[in-house]
Amino acid sequence: MTSVLLLFAPVAAALLIPLLANRVRGIHTGWFVLAVPVLLFIYYLGFLPQVKNGGVHIGELSWIPSYGISLTSYIDGLSLLFSLLITGIGALVVLYSIFYLDKTKERLGNFYVYLLMFMTAMLGVVQSDNMIALYGFWELTSISSFLLIGYWYTRDRSRFGALKSMMITVFGGLMMLGGFVLLYLMGGTFSVRELISMALELAEHSLFTWALVLILLGAFTKSAQFPFYIWLPDAMEAPTPVSAYLHSATMVKAGLYLVARFTPIFAASEVWVWLVTSIGVLTLFWGSFFAVKQTDLKGILAFSTVSQLGLIMSMLGAAAAAFHVEGAAETMFKYAGFAAIFHLVNHAAFKGSLFMIAGIVDHETGTRDIRKLGGLMALMPVTFTIALIGSLSMAGLPPFGGFLSKELFLTGMLSLGELDLFAPASWGTVLLIAAWIASVFTFIYSFYFVFRTFTGKHKPDLLPKSAHEAPAGMLVSPAVLGMIVVAIFFVPNLIGDWIVKPAVAAVQPFMYGSPSDVDVHVAAWHGHITPELMMTIGIVIAGLALFSLLPKWQGLYRVFPEHLTLNKLYDSTMVFAESGMNRLSRSYMDGLIRSYLIYMFLGIFIIGLGSLIAKDALVISFEGTAPIGPVEVGLLLVLVAATATTLVARKRLTAIISLGAVGYTVALLFVVFKAPDLALTQLVIETVSVALFLLAFYHLPKMSRHDEKRKFRIGNAIIAASVGLLMSLLAMSSVSQRALPSISEFYKETVYSEAGGGNIVNVILVDYRGFDTFFEIAVLSIAAIGIIAMIRLRLTRKGDGHEKQ
Amino acid sequence: MKSSDVILQTATKVVFFLIFLFAIHIFFAGHYTPGGGFVGGLLTASAIVLLLLAFDLKTVSRALPFNYTIMIAIGLLLALGTASASILFDVPFFTHAYDYFDLPLFGETSLHSAMLFDLGVYLVVVGATMNIILTIGSDD
Repeated sequence: MTSVLLLFAPVAAALLIPLLANRVRGIHTGWFVLAVPVLLFIYYLGFLPQVKNGGVHIGELSWIPSYGISLTSYIDGLSLLFSLLITGIGALVVLYSIFYLDKTKERLGNFYVYLLMFMTAMLGVVQSDNMIALYGFWELTSISSFLLIGYWYTRDRSRFGALKSMMITVFGGLMMLGGFVLLYLMGGTFSVRELISMALELAEHSLFTWALVLILLGAFTKSAQFPFYIWLPDAMEAPTPVSAYLHSATMVKAGLYLVARFTPIFAASEVWVWLVTSIGVLTLFWGSFFAVKQTDLKGILAFSTVSQLGLIMSMLGAAAAAFHVEGAAETMFKYAGFAAIFHLVNHAAFKGSLFMIAGIVDHETGTRDIRKLGGLMALMPVTFTIALIGSLSMAGLPPFGGFLSKELFLTGMLSLGELDLFAPASWGTVLLIAAWIASVFTFIYSFYFVFRTFTGKHKPDLLPKSAHEAPAGMLVSPAVLGMIVVAIFFVPNLIGDWIVKPAVAAVQPFMYGSPSDVDVHVAAWHGHITPELMMTIGIVIAGLALFSLLPKWQGLYRVFPEHLTLNKLYDSTMVFAESGMNRLSRSYMDGLIRSYLIYMFLGIFIIGLGSLIAKDALVISFEGTAPIGPVEVGLLLVLVAATATTLVARKRLTAIISLGAVGYTVALLFVVFKAPDLALTQLVIETVSVALFLLAFYHLPKMSRHDEKRKFRIGNAIIAASVGLLMSLLAMSSVSQRALPSISEFYKETVYSEAGGGNIVNVILVDYRGFDTFFEIAVLSIAAIGIIAMIRLRLTRKGDGHEKQ
Repeated sequence: MKSSDVILQTATKVVFFLIFLFAIHIFFAGHYTPGGGFVGGLLTASAIVLLLLAFDLKTVSRALPFNYTIMIAIGLLLALGTASASILFDVPFFTHAYDYFDLPLFGETSLHSAMLFDLGVYLVVVGATMNIILTIGSDD
């Protein structure tokens, strides 16, 4: 319960921020904010001993009990790892932002409110056991990240990036919700834990693959996997602390979290293994390849993040593949899950610090364009040192954490090569080669990032500001992260035992009963030459060679045509969605009542005839019909003649008079069919309405008054004929299949005895069903008052301002 | 005043009462023979329209100083009042009552509360029709 409430601590603190930001102007608001992630970090550290031994903590708060929806805080190895990342890096980012954002020029209140909102959302995502709550927090991360990306909302690029990331991640979020609902339909519960316990039964279900694909769509969009990665480079318009926090360490890992969390459920499916691994490797390759093309520091880092996320994703796929391997815990397959989680920690550390370095460079030189930078090593030695640590770790070199995770990754990829799960057995080898090439490119862009910025010739005339070392406060956070990167290399098993193993046990419960079963020992040097080490040496040699020749082949990227890119695809989709849909709706909403009537009549015809045929209701029988006398025939002939005259009349007056003839003939029909009340009323009403028609005819404007024969339109004729046909068929079918006898016998019997009257029609009108009559006279009153209002109240016509709307 | 319409005006003076009486007859006869408030009201209105044709708006409104809008309201109230009066006698809404009375001059007559409801209908129909015709007629 406490742990659930603590999820909302950042948002609760955010409520106070506007007060502080406006009242206490002397102190940077960030200092107050800093306390929140620090305290939460300490709180979550307290769970470490419990979780290390395989324990879990469950807090629950009922939300909508009737639907089984609750807010939960489920802390096991995996969610604890993420919670520590979120709060720990959150604290460092807040500290960094204090020095990065100017307290007089920026709207700090907004920034920290959004950031704290995001923190709550992220904690909620990783700790929710209930899928609906998970989805709620998930969308909250999308919304708060939208706000953060668009923080400088006066810039066009910011708004564009914010919208793009919103569209893509919310699309994925909705797909994911669909997956969750399907899981609920299969398992009958929203709880992930309970679903895991029935994973094998779920795998038999026909909806299983659908749920799988939908949930993966959510994970892929959020974690910027191919082809959904395109929002991430555009999200670099956000302030750098935001990029460091959201787009390297936390939000983009929400998708990884989702994949890791649902691996125990979906690992039984080969589709899952396939999709996660292949998309991961493809993203890894694609991202690392295009990172070298970028000229913006943050652009390089964005593509690098995409690529590293692909790496982790592919390892998670391999971890799921272990499910299909006999005795996986004893083979090489045990490394994949460990590699994924280990690299996740590593990546959060070094990528966070690299983003902060990019921010520092931007802050101190005024540009992030790598073509203008160079030779900053002597001017910014501390920054350079930290950047070097981060980059070499990213490239996978010793003595940094990245080296270890790269080795584990290669082991994992090697294990995939041995897997016979993939249809062509050589596919695993293809993945391995792709991963190796991607690692070479990773090496190149890591060097490209650090050496193009800090070595070479200093170009002071190109820089908006004269470069100098950053203030100490700004360097603290990246320095701390850099130290962690180094520390991971020297004591990998400390972090492995306390954090990674419990998480691995949570991801692969089908292999390990408790964290202590995870039999992986990380060492920088295993004492003998392993294939992984050979591959790493190959990466270094190839990478160094290609990097030194970079100017010669970087032009290769320009060969790739711009209009074939995924960004172009996104843009044209958006253009289509906007103008295309607009054109579509304008094509049928043309403002002509004629067209709308055609749609309606066509609809009536299609639906009416369709249901007549589909329901087998088209029955025409003349059984029990009355005989037709000469009077009826004569009247009908007159009626048809008058109707035809109305249709073909050249002059309006002729049409009005023949319409009157139709009305009087109908009155005569009423007489013939023995309905004196109807006949009386019809006669009088017809007279009045013909008089009103004549009035309207007389007042037609002179200018356009020409007695012209209406144009004959074949389409109209067909529609009119079909509606007439439909109505005739309907009438005949309903008469032919009368199911129940009429109620009129009752009226006949009781009209005198019960109602004290003789005229059944009138007694029905005023007594049996007087209710109808009452509201009909109300209708008449409204019509009269409406006419008075329309004719007498002409306020709008006098003032010309109202008319031109 | 259209001075050349002597025949029309004279005829109207006679015919108006004939139509009016016929309308009243149709109205009262409604419960047992064809007719009722609706036709009765329309016929009454047409009698007044005849007056309007023969004379002019001003003369007619002086001769028949009705506010037809208020007539609509009275008609609606009467109809609703008749319908809801039954609630006072602890019977469902819209329950009519009737009985036979021995009235002086008329002899034994049936009085039916539906007649009051029909009177409401009659007034609304007359009021609405006249309102429509007068409004359109007086518009220029």
